[in-house]
Amino acid sequence: MPPSTLPLLNVSGLTMDFGGIRALDHLDLQVQSGEIVALIGPNGAGKTTFFNCLTGLYTPTSGDLKLNPPGRPEMRLNDLKPNQITEQGLARTFQNIRLFANMTVLENVMIGRHCRTKAQIFGAIFRTHQTVREEQAIVEASRAILEKMGLTSQADEFAGNLPYGAQRRLEIARALATEPILLLLDEPAAGMNQHETKELSHLILAIRQEGLSILLIEHDMKLVMSLSDHIFVMDYGRKIAEGRPEEVRNNLLVIKAYLGEDFIHA
Amino acid sequence: MIALKDIRNAIGIGLWFMFLTFPLLVIKVNPVEKTVIWRWNNMLLIGAASFVAYLVSHIILRRRDARQKRIRQGSEQITTQSNLLFLKTPKFLLALSCTGLLFALVFPALFSTYQINIMITALMYVVLGLGLNIVVGVAGLLNLGYVAFYAVGAYTYALLHLHFGLGFWAALPIGGLLSALFGILLGFPVLRLRGDYLAIVTLGFGEIIRLILENWNDFSKGPSGISNIPRPGFFGLEMSLETAIIYLYYLMICMVLFTIFVVNRLQNSRIGRAWFALREDEIACQAMGIDKTRTKLTAFALGATWAGMAGVFFAAKTTFINPASFTFLESAIILCIVVLGGMGSIVGVIVGAFVLILVPEYLRVFADYRMLAFGVVLVVMMLLRPQGIVANVRRTYTHKP
Repeated sequence: MPPSTLPLLNVSGLTMDFGGIRALDHLDLQVQSGEIVALIGPNGAGKTTFFNCLTGLYTPTSGDLKLNPPGRPEMRLNDLKPNQITEQGLARTFQNIRLFANMTVLENVMIGRHCRTKAQIFGAIFRTHQTVREEQAIVEASRAILEKMGLTSQADEFAGNLPYGAQRRLEIARALATEPILLLLDEPAAGMNQHETKELSHLILAIRQEGLSILLIEHDMKLVMSLSDHIFVMDYGRKIAEGRPEEVRNNLLVIKAYLGEDFIHA
Repeated sequence: MIALKDIRNAIGIGLWFMFLTFPLLVIKVNPVEKTVIWRWNNMLLIGAASFVAYLVSHIILRRRDARQKRIRQGSEQITTQSNLLFLKTPKFLLALSCTGLLFALVFPALFSTYQINIMITALMYVVLGLGLNIVVGVAGLLNLGYVAFYAVGAYTYALLHLHFGLGFWAALPIGGLLSALFGILLGFPVLRLRGDYLAIVTLGFGEIIRLILENWNDFSKGPSGISNIPRPGFFGLEMSLETAIIYLYYLMICMVLFTIFVVNRLQNSRIGRAWFALREDEIACQAMGIDKTRTKLTAFALGATWAGMAGVFFAAKTTFINPASFTFLESAIILCIVVLGGMGSIVGVIVGAFVLILVPEYLRVFADYRMLAFGVVLVVMMLLRPQGIVANVRRTYTHKP
């Protein structure tokens, strides 16, 4: 896919300090529109910290996070609250699943519609035409998303009672309900078996087909190599390599970071 | 089923309880005749009772654990949601509310003024419970100072009447609004707090309001309180005390219905869902685009509104208020109503309010043991049914193409 003039997401010089520890060190990263980009690196490299900065859970120490939504002016994400960032079109999933366990599957997705709807207290109490219609639209849109993710039969189950793989899919469904332009997946395949991983990979490709860009953190190299258009490799908070999958696969620095110094000399 | 180890444990528990209750239930000192009565048979009873109670609770808990294990292994389906779904069927709800309403309507004709008074109190606690349910049960913000908003409502009416001669009907919305304002006022500083920390700050807030009312004599007349607050009027009609109480009773019924109506609609709306999500997971909630600040503040404000209006009713019912009515114990009772009844469940909170207010009234014979029974009930409930008497059931949405 040819890169457009401006990348959809442009991260430059992002630094995040926790006291004396520098978790992110002048990180640069770009996501082009329509790309699947993977962020890999050993445990503790700062990948999830980066996601948390990007989604507003942490305030970065310095650096810029810029989003170029199609048809809208460039937007700086640094000082926005998490919910405002979601409104701008970034939606994420969590590494350790964070579903609303005691709500039904359908309700979980309906929550995702929150930032795209606007019924207020008045509308809720008097159940105005507008509210009723909006509520119906929420249910329909949510059901459509569940259908797409293959969760329709479990719509009225508690989210916490779903099997693990289905919970992961529900997290993605919930994120999709916020109508994102960039989907951030934090280890979506963690704990999945081969069959489930394969399904997931089809799912991610299908989501891309709909015009979304995807940035994912993942340890499953087979999945990363087969899906990604572009890979960024991090270690100790720094970017150590980037490029197409085959470039990264043969990069000495990457091999060193993953397997240790000895492996190269051997 | 019962191993030797369990018997041993049970004997241990029995002995322990015999020891614990020894000073209270065995020794009885008669200070007049200066004799001590040793009631050894009490000790045996306690020992036997705790022995049996331990074994029974042990079996129940073990069976529950075994069932949960089976569920985790997937050999048994979880049935809670579908089992309780009949609670949400329109047929059941209609039948329940019709019976309830019919009983409520004929109640004054059947019972004495004393009973009606008790019922008014219980209904007030229903409103209070439903209000606190928004904050604690639905939005998951533990509030231990809820009585402060109750006080704000009561004093709003009392002071407005004292200084400006305002009547009940004018004071009711003002009390609600002012409480909502106080809710937001409390909400702002505690936005970042959760769980225990939030509980402590709200507890402090409740005490601050009570202490202000107690000590600021020029404003609130201090501990001597405000008297001669009029009962609600009916177009200036003169009413005997009895009629006035019956009238207040019916007003309270309307108030409860209004509360149920509004709270139910709020819970089943976009805002209600956001509250539930906030309770479940604050971080995920924000990541889904929900404004945490706003959601918390609306929960605080809308919860406080009901306390304010209940406060106006309280002032009108007792015609006299002083700060002693708004102690921490009140907050604790309202919280118990919500927790015992079932967090987030409207039917549960109503049942909880009736149980906790009416049972102590009608069992005054055992008034000495009230707090003891209260404690036992709480412990047993938390062990066996932590979700409350009537658990909250999530709504399902039927597909309308």
